Amino acid sequence: MRTLLLLLLLAVSPAWADSLAPKLDIGKGGQCVEDPAFMRANHMKLILHQRNETVRKGIRGSKYELSNCVECHASKVNHSVLGTNQNFCQGCHVYAAVKIDCFECHSSKPREFMKPSEFAAEEIK
Amino acid sequence: MSEVNQDRRQFLARGSALAAGLAIAPGMLLFDFARARPAGEPASSSVRWGMLIDTTQCESGCDDCVKACRTENGWPEPKASTDVQWIRKVDIKQISTGKQVSLPMMCQHCANPPCVDVCPTAASFKRADGIVLVDKHRCIGCRYCMMACPFKARSFVHEPVEDHDSTMPRGQGTVESCTLCVHRVDRGIRPACVEACEKGGHRAIIFGDLNDRNSEIYLRIRSVTTTQLRADLGLDTGLSFVGI
Repeated sequence: MRTLLLLLLLAVSPAWADSLAPKLDIGKGGQCVEDPAFMRANHMKLILHQRNETVRKGIRGSKYELSNCVECHASKVNHSVLGTNQNFCQGCHVYAAVKIDCFECHSSKPREFMKPSEFAAEEIK
Repeated sequence: MSEVNQDRRQFLARGSALAAGLAIAPGMLLFDFARARPAGEPASSSVRWGMLIDTTQCESGCDDCVKACRTENGWPEPKASTDVQWIRKVDIKQISTGKQVSLPMMCQHCANPPCVDVCPTAASFKRADGIVLVDKHRCIGCRYCMMACPFKARSFVHEPVEDHDSTMPRGQGTVESCTLCVHRVDRGIRPACVEACEKGGHRAIIFGDLNDRNSEIYLRIRSVTTTQLRADLGLDTGLSFVGI
């Protein structure tokens, strides 16, 4: 009986885990800057390092910029990585119960959906 | 790096090269400024960005520079004295002679910035190329820098920021001020206020590298009398003025 239960549990557990995992809208998606498994575990370290490099030293154009995450992973529905529990950043952070601070200041939308600047800045991009 | 990103980089590089070419074409004196730093390179201490404000060209009542700053950096129109204000127009009058002058007032990007001296978390800092910034990731909102600044150039974000659709990240509980449009300068574009002033037909603000002996700003500072605000404090400001 115990063996049967164990077998049953083994049989259903992957499906059970899948049903709990967040169903994410990955937006444009495609090839990420690193392996997805690595990104899942380490994306926060990469963007934490990059933010210091960019703000304090002025190093721009790195592949680990937060804006790059948003460019690829903003939903094609609401053009954001936030909004619903299907949106890329919010979905996973709600699932993992980790507060997401980035977008209290940064834009959660790709550049093309930000307000257009009146000046050359936006045209040059 | 992925193929997609490579393409984007190349597109950006070509785009900025093209734009730099275009900017020079209509006779705007950009010979000192068509140089975006390559990706991955930090700001260099051989450069010192600064501005020369010619108050004789600045019109009282015109606030094109202020509007441009607001649009570019996404701060709302100030309604109360505690509201955010990165740049403001000031009219001054010498009482004895009645001489009146109008000028834009903002962060002076000091070489010896008092705001950096007092910051307890090193959020306030001076970048290698002389631009004084607030690292909002570190700012705890104590506002010591606002008290230290002799130019009243910094403001505190009291209200939650609703609209994040600007290229400049802004957030409640942090101090902010003029960044000399660092996001534009890093791509080789002049600050928004400078561009707006020129668009409005005034050319009261010249932007450039104070260390570059061929730059327009360097040549102007050599040939006309300029004044740094509160020179008595020994701050060596990056901004200087003509006609005050």
